[in-house]
Amino acid sequence: MTTSFTRKKLYDWSIEYAIYLVLLGLILTISIQDPGFFSWSSLRNILLASSTRTIIALGTAFVLVSGGVDLSVGRVVGLAAVVSASFLQGLSYPRRFYPQLDALPLWLPIVIAVAAGIAVGLANGLIVARLRVPPFIATLGSMVIVYGLNLLYFDRPPNSSQPIGGLRDDFTFLGSGDILGVPIIILLAMICAVVCWIIFNKTVLGKNLYAIGGNKDAARVAGINVESTLIIIYAIAGALAAFAGVLEAARSGGAKSNYGEMYELDAIAACVVGGVSTTGGIGTIPGVVAGVLIFAVINYGLTFIGMDPNLQFIVKGLIIVVAVAIDTRKYLTKS
Amino acid sequence: MAGELLELIGISKAFPGVKALDQVTIRVRSATVHALMGENGAGKSTLLKCLFGIYAKDQGTISMDGQEVIIRSPKDALNYGIAMIHQEPNPVLDRSVAENFWLGRLPLKKIGPLRFVDQEMMERDTQHWLNEFAINTTPRTLLRELSVSQVQFLEIARAVSLNARVMIMDEPTSSLTSSEVERFFVIMQGLIKRGVAIVYISHKMDEILRIADDVSIMRDGTLVGTWPASELTTDLMVSRMVGRALSQRFPKRHTSPGEVVLSLKGVTSAKPRGLANVSLDLHRGEILGIGGLVGARRTELLETLFGLRAMAHGQIIIKGHIAHIHSPSDAIAHKIGFLTEDRRATGIIPLRSIVENTTLVGNSRYVSWGFWLKGPQRLIDCLKYIRELRIKTPNASTPIRNLSGGNQQKVLLARWLTTAPEILLLDEPTRGIDIGAKHEIYNLIGDLADQGKSIIMISSEMPELLGLADRIAVMCDGRLSGILAAKDATEAAIMRLSTQFAPASPTH
Repeated sequence: MTTSFTRKKLYDWSIEYAIYLVLLGLILTISIQDPGFFSWSSLRNILLASSTRTIIALGTAFVLVSGGVDLSVGRVVGLAAVVSASFLQGLSYPRRFYPQLDALPLWLPIVIAVAAGIAVGLANGLIVARLRVPPFIATLGSMVIVYGLNLLYFDRPPNSSQPIGGLRDDFTFLGSGDILGVPIIILLAMICAVVCWIIFNKTVLGKNLYAIGGNKDAARVAGINVESTLIIIYAIAGALAAFAGVLEAARSGGAKSNYGEMYELDAIAACVVGGVSTTGGIGTIPGVVAGVLIFAVINYGLTFIGMDPNLQFIVKGLIIVVAVAIDTRKYLTKS
Repeated sequence: MAGELLELIGISKAFPGVKALDQVTIRVRSATVHALMGENGAGKSTLLKCLFGIYAKDQGTISMDGQEVIIRSPKDALNYGIAMIHQEPNPVLDRSVAENFWLGRLPLKKIGPLRFVDQEMMERDTQHWLNEFAINTTPRTLLRELSVSQVQFLEIARAVSLNARVMIMDEPTSSLTSSEVERFFVIMQGLIKRGVAIVYISHKMDEILRIADDVSIMRDGTLVGTWPASELTTDLMVSRMVGRALSQRFPKRHTSPGEVVLSLKGVTSAKPRGLANVSLDLHRGEILGIGGLVGARRTELLETLFGLRAMAHGQIIIKGHIAHIHSPSDAIAHKIGFLTEDRRATGIIPLRSIVENTTLVGNSRYVSWGFWLKGPQRLIDCLKYIRELRIKTPNASTPIRNLSGGNQQKVLLARWLTTAPEILLLDEPTRGIDIGAKHEIYNLIGDLADQGKSIIMISSEMPELLGLADRIAVMCDGRLSGILAAKDATEAAIMRLSTQFAPASPTH
């Protein structure tokens, strides 16, 4: 009786923390294959690779927990990267997007790019909440539209679809600089995660978000303005994706219109592996961060030990399915 | 005496920390109605889930015709002729009656080497069963267009077509109107003539006394006993279910209603076939019961008051001022609370904690610095309600779906109490709640009225209306057909008013 009881407890515990165990297991397996993996530089590289992905996944988590989905975030990343880069080229660079433009203060183009992301999010939210178009369809449409807008902008003469390069040093510093030895981009991702954790757990918006995702009709009867909450949530997803796009441009020192392609699916994968339910109402910020880290560890670690890149896709796909299959055990009716 | 068809012998089932069933033995005779009674949590549904192969029993045997049968899944149960009619059937709404009827066993026909669904045979056979049970629809009708009772009758017809010999019915009459209940009983008689044994779960005592042959009563996972229905009375059943006599079912009121707090003047719905010209007054500290048949649009009245439905004309006057209520948040601002009829659909957030479910409406009262929710204060208030309303839960962070129906209902009541409402709208507040918890909810409602809150309560249970309300407004077909003082009201008078405008049954 006692042994079966403790075994049961151990089982429950391991299901509860399955995502973190998977992450730990991955790190251990890779370290055994090549002990050199277990180092500060690996950690730094993994966190660097996770930084913008985390920010996108955080926004996606809002939408998924509300019971929706946002397919447009990947293209918003690309739009924000191109828009911010187009205003932040060095004055001496020969092929400038706006040849006549004076140097703008660093914050302004960032604000413009994030505002563009918010605008897309607001449009998504309005279409979903007011026009009652299913989120999958609404954001599938906006995903394509945003890409089209980005291509049009990117194709403006004199740029004519050339990659935007020659970004200002103060801008690229955001993407590749350190503060006290910690890359700024990692700090920014951590700040975003903390702010989102606060919203999820300590604000009315967060509680209403869980309520809407868990039972939309009950939320409405409880006097929650479901429509405006959804609109805010999609706007947050758009803002975070755009901010990630700005950082992607800063980190890579340039921008092209195809930036961010398929990032929305990576973000969804990271969220669901991190325990967010695609039917809404369930999910935590630490889980989402762990989900992003799992994929970064796989990417970096498996390459590190020299696994065939083609094989890595299969590992990633399996992780998605297995992790969600384990996570689902938590919510199966036990009583 | 008819032979024993189904025997459940010594069934036990334990969950971690709980003995859900302890050596339960029930014998069901063929061609009889065997009622299974007990408070929620008594183990009825666990027993049936063991019988139906949803749970694996720890101990005990199940026999049909004296032969032990092994049931590991609902499919096994169906193969042995055991079918279940669920409380809320869950059909595929956008497919036809015939397709729903044949779901999971679609008839096939061969054309060359290929197999196709035999549409013709499917519809012909469905029509046969529709005729058999006098269900007034066609095989090609979409299920969405059927009334609740038609869906229920269709389920029964389907079970019979599967040669079910034992039919388990879980509160089948909970969403039927009185005339539909009568038809339902006729159909049950027909089933018994076929030799079918019916295991019938219901909280409605009068129904059970009327139709059951045997009554088994469960309490805390054990069988209290099985008696012929002819030897039982309502009081006997209640005392055996709760293990004590409920001396007085309804609370005594200590105050009499005061001034008018809410008036409706000529309230008429925006959509056709809604409310028509409803006018009434609600007094401070009053419990105004609303009676009527299902389909009398009583819920629409409350939903209109709460801003969930639009009004074409008419006025809502609160404390002498016209109130403009266009959304639930308007209603909440006017200190109105609304406990909805369907806890699961429009009440609970299943996976969230009791704290979160309790403070869902009142969250904005716990905000500091413009955004930060004060966790400790929410917890303190929640614990206060857990204590005051005697909510049975391990702790305040338990997900609400782990609680019993009665305790969920108390949490939802607490949710509205956090907003300090003056007017409470209660839509079937004790629906699907066991008898002990019902009693507690009655006391709570009585206390709230004594504290000066004004209450409008819809109920389809006559004793509840007569026992709890100060006045009873009866609705029929979207109109108010009369208001009775509770002390002069009788079931017959309410019934008369309920059918006053007499399009007798709204569904056929």
